Amino acid sequence: MEKKTLFDKVWDAHVVKSVQDGPDVFFIDKHFIHEVTSPVAFLNLEKRGIDVMFPERTVATPDHNVPTIDQDKTIKDKLSRMQVEKLRENCKKHGIDLHDLGSAHHGIVHVIGPELGITQPGMTIVCGDSHTSTHGAFGAIAFGIGTSEVEMVFATQCIMQSKAKKMRITVDGTLGKGVTSKDIILYIISKISAAGATGYFVEYAGSAIQSLSMEARMTICNMSIEMGARGGLIAPDETTFNYLKGKQYAPKGEAWDKAVADWKQLKTDEGATFDKEYNFDAEDIEPMITYGTNPGMGIKVIGNIPSTEGMEGSNKKTYLKSLDYMGFAPGEAIKGKKVDFVFVGSCTNGRIEDIRAVAGFVKGKKKADNITAWIVPGSREVEKLAHEEGLVKILEEAGFELRQPGCSACLAMNDDKIPAGKYAVSTSNRNFEGRQGPGARTMLASPLTVAAVAVTGEICDPREVF
Amino acid sequence: MAYDKFNVLTSTVVPLPTENVDTDQIIPARFLKATEREGFGDNLFRDWRYDVEGNPKKDFVLNDPTYSGKILIAGRNFGSGSSREHAVWAIYDYGFRCVVSSFFADIFKNNCLNIGVLPVTVTPEFAEVIFSAVEADPSAEVEVDIDKQTITLLSTGQSESFDINAYKKENMKNGFDDIDYLLNLKEEIVAFEKERR
Ligand code: SF4
Repeated sequence: MEKKTLFDKVWDAHVVKSVQDGPDVFFIDKHFIHEVTSPVAFLNLEKRGIDVMFPERTVATPDHNVPTIDQDKTIKDKLSRMQVEKLRENCKKHGIDLHDLGSAHHGIVHVIGPELGITQPGMTIVCGDSHTSTHGAFGAIAFGIGTSEVEMVFATQCIMQSKAKKMRITVDGTLGKGVTSKDIILYIISKISAAGATGYFVEYAGSAIQSLSMEARMTICNMSIEMGARGGLIAPDETTFNYLKGKQYAPKGEAWDKAVADWKQLKTDEGATFDKEYNFDAEDIEPMITYGTNPGMGIKVIGNIPSTEGMEGSNKKTYLKSLDYMGFAPGEAIKGKKVDFVFVGSCTNGRIEDIRAVAGFVKGKKKADNITAWIVPGSREVEKLAHEEGLVKILEEAGFELRQPGCSACLAMNDDKIPAGKYAVSTSNRNFEGRQGPGARTMLASPLTVAAVAVTGEICDPREVF
Repeated sequence: MAYDKFNVLTSTVVPLPTENVDTDQIIPARFLKATEREGFGDNLFRDWRYDVEGNPKKDFVLNDPTYSGKILIAGRNFGSGSSREHAVWAIYDYGFRCVVSSFFADIFKNNCLNIGVLPVTVTPEFAEVIFSAVEADPSAEVEVDIDKQTITLLSTGQSESFDINAYKKENMKNGFDDIDYLLNLKEEIVAFEKERR
């Protein structure tokens, strides 16, 4: 029998038809939409005079540009308000489920999908958002698409895509104290670069990956796109099944047993081959932080910013341009650098486990005076749990400001912007120029490192701040 | 959405030798608030093109009258980051029909092909040839022939072939998009969906 990878199994089961010398007609089980990348798709659909083919396969929530204060009031920014209103109107017109602002399951689309049990092993999932790769943590093929493709899914529940090449990244061993899944993925990207997995779909494997919770696995899959990969996935196992059991949209009773039996088949066959493989040792991984303007520019928090030795031409120019933007010099240590803002949130690290980690760390401590600390839960559900577990109280006592769910300062489409020239250490996934506001200087790190930075006011090693 | 057919494009070139240009630079998130596809070209490379007061930054290539054309050549790993198709809309609306680089990010490349901007992947050496030629003479013209799958520097005749799959090539040549194709498969898709319930 042909040996297949997990990716092959899920992909092949969703090909409606292969076009000769072209892409596959690829069937999509679940389609998530939000207010920013859907309006033009709906508009074009209307221009063609066609309906959404399977509206029950699409789920909507406004997350990208919603305010994170006063969510019960009318959105002040006119353009944001129009996008959110358009989403409401379009969902109503086409019979699409909407988890609206203020409703019990509102939140960042990649947080609510798993939380509600909509995301399940073996599915194909797309969304007009590159971090759709998050859902790969359940053994689904999940990736971001453009607005033209959003329109295709509305119209036909299919898109035209060529199958990606296959990569496996294996991380074996035990993680050290103070090292989290965010450090694993920042470490991997720093090793293989921000473009190192372009053209590939990545399977993460190995004992260090298997030992992670679902939340931690989502953090890893989430950032697959930051090394250029189309997506990342992890074989489902007991951790996955336990997470899903009892969730609102997860199968129940007999259907559950059957589903689990099917899901257990979703793993790479012994002897199946990949186009590329990497192996890393968990013991080599330490708390990480980025110092530049793409997520591949990461180092240990106790490390030095690379010197320009060996660089030349446009490579060196681009590197120096990036450091200039950040206000850093080649070769210097990152530890001890003053920070102005910390941001805990986003679909990378805005889940309850992340908030628990931060609260656990800052309990009984105070944030440094020079720090403005924002904590933005990924969803209403996360917010509710954070209150119930007493985490909000701990965080507020430490001087953190809790905001309402949304993408917030991850991409600064709303008012949550880092001012020009200021330094922010963030649990989000992108440190591009201006990502957190024009001129903002972003450094990416784990929730633990961010908590430590909040307390000391400067870049530090969380292992030394306990 | 249908777009103009692409056959042979002959044009001067706008050079942007920066590497890892991400879609947040091509169009910052705060300009994604439209509900229609209009006016994105104005905000192409917004924060590199204009200062905070909205005045053009002189040293940015789009503000330099020396360079113009329908072809943009950029450093490697162009279009990384967000899946926002708005990035390609901005490029198209500004007037580019072709982007050349030695390496493109995946989703970006797909988005280009879906809306009629041709992404041409060249070798790093050929990219250098074009960068140098344009630097020496901004009026240097490049010809991109989709049918022959070639890109040629006209002044010297140096040429290279590029890849594009046959299906996408036909689409680009005819200005078709995938929905036309998919809608013809409706019955097959409905049957497939039933199986998967
Ligand atoms: S939190 Fe950030 S990365 Fe995640 S969906 Fe929102 S904007 Fe995108």
